[in-house]
Amino acid sequence: MVEVTGPSDQPLLVADGLTKSYGRLAACRDVSFALYPGEVLAIVGESGSGKSTLLQMLSAQLAPSGGRVSYRMRDGVLRDLAQLGEAERRFLFRTDWGYVHQDPAQGLRMAVSAGANVGERLMAVGWNNYGRIRQTASSWLERVEIDIARIDDAPRTYSGGMRQRLQIARNLVTEPRLVFMDEPTGGLDVSVQARLLDLMRSLVNELGLAAIVVTHDLAVARLLSHRVMVMKEGRVIETGLTDQVLDDPREPYTQLLVSSILPP
Amino acid sequence: MNAPTYNFAYLDEQTKRMIRRAILKAIAIPGYQVPFASREMPMPYGWGTGGVQVTAAILGPKDVLKVIDQGSDDTTNAISIRKFFAKTAGVETTTSTDAATVIQTRHRIPEAPLRAGQVLVYQVPIPEPLRFLEPRETETRRMHALAEYGLMHVKLYEDIARFGHIATSYAYPVKVNARYVMDPSPTPKFDNPKMDNCPALQLFGAGREKRIYAIPPYTSVVSLDFEDHPFTRYKFDAPCALCGAEDSYLDEIVTDNKGSRMFVCSDTDYCEGRQAAGHRGTESVAPHKEAAHG
Repeated sequence: MVEVTGPSDQPLLVADGLTKSYGRLAACRDVSFALYPGEVLAIVGESGSGKSTLLQMLSAQLAPSGGRVSYRMRDGVLRDLAQLGEAERRFLFRTDWGYVHQDPAQGLRMAVSAGANVGERLMAVGWNNYGRIRQTASSWLERVEIDIARIDDAPRTYSGGMRQRLQIARNLVTEPRLVFMDEPTGGLDVSVQARLLDLMRSLVNELGLAAIVVTHDLAVARLLSHRVMVMKEGRVIETGLTDQVLDDPREPYTQLLVSSILPP
Repeated sequence: MNAPTYNFAYLDEQTKRMIRRAILKAIAIPGYQVPFASREMPMPYGWGTGGVQVTAAILGPKDVLKVIDQGSDDTTNAISIRKFFAKTAGVETTTSTDAATVIQTRHRIPEAPLRAGQVLVYQVPIPEPLRFLEPRETETRRMHALAEYGLMHVKLYEDIARFGHIATSYAYPVKVNARYVMDPSPTPKFDNPKMDNCPALQLFGAGREKRIYAIPPYTSVVSLDFEDHPFTRYKFDAPCALCGAEDSYLDEIVTDNKGSRMFVCSDTDYCEGRQAAGHRGTESVAPHKEAAHG
């Protein structure tokens, strides 16, 4: 089922020996991998296994204690994120990247309307035409299945699932090439989760997005990702194609993880 | 009379020196908010402590001071600040825009054009234009540093989405010298165009928030807007009832308990000047008599 599409012989993001330690505590140890355009990578593991720390380092929100992250910019040059200036890093973050938080309140402006939430990134890159911003915002709301009539309502009046979909629209409006997702379905009930996953899967396919999804839910990993990395105590203990890892786990810990899911 | 003797213009010389340094830095970086060690003044916050400190720091013995509050020279705030400096600095005071060298203002820019050599000092309550959209000071400072002003347009977008036009009518954000976005204090947006390329020096003091910023003479000041919803100056559909002016900012004054009202210039000096020059409005025949209203 897995096939990596597009001209993807060059990696989009390369992690090389990433390590983060807090004193003697190592939150993340020597993680290396390469992510290719259009590829979805899931990072799974239990709470405290270093998934979120890794995600923060990959998205340049946290400086690693060792190792580095390189990203292929739109001009095709692979650059070390630590070498980028703050202005460049922030620009990258709001144009070429998306970041979907587990709690939509962190990723949205809860007090301003949905339309403005989606339009903010456009205005940040200099869009100056109200009509066009609004049009783009409404077409994105449509794509994430939010009723256009609610474009002027603030997300605080939205349900959890709608907020999460709005957050996705807000991130994708600048057509990023890479999206980071931190437990995107956490805190949602099962039917809403299913709908959201369905939506994310079709958007990822349609737009050819690369994504790094952190989750403790193996079902999310199975549905969304091409590849899986299993983490335990800050290390990557197993990595491979999703089906392969989940159907035929090699490591005892992964076997435990897989066997702890109730059979469908 | 055994009135206490103050240092010239109330503040001690070291404090004035500190404020002048902040002012010089503010002038050097137009629109940038310079932090300064704001002092307690003998008036409550919100009554112009920032403006008063700036005025105190720049006032010289030969200056002529005018103070306006909402355009008017004769409201409590304006009178007491004028008296304050008459007492502590012994400077000449005036109500004439033309005769003044230093004008301290709350909310309005005088209608009469300012000239080179004059200084306009604004009292500012909230200097940060991004404040209500981004509560973190660390973040707003970073946004200014990196000139990330997309958020300012989010506010204007919200206005249009909600009201069909940009409904912000005061404290309308401007971009100074094509770099910093600045809150022009709660001046009505009617006055925004007067800030652009103004021959006078404009200084802004926020006492509680401890910030000073400035627009040097002849600096570009552009009100933010959208291509398809351009900045418009507020328009009044009636002339001033006393002087007949059609181009000035008007105050609505309720004249009785039956809901009658009249519109008069908010800039009292401008209005009186026009009346003295023979201009008349609809209700100016007997300004001191109670007019009969329907």
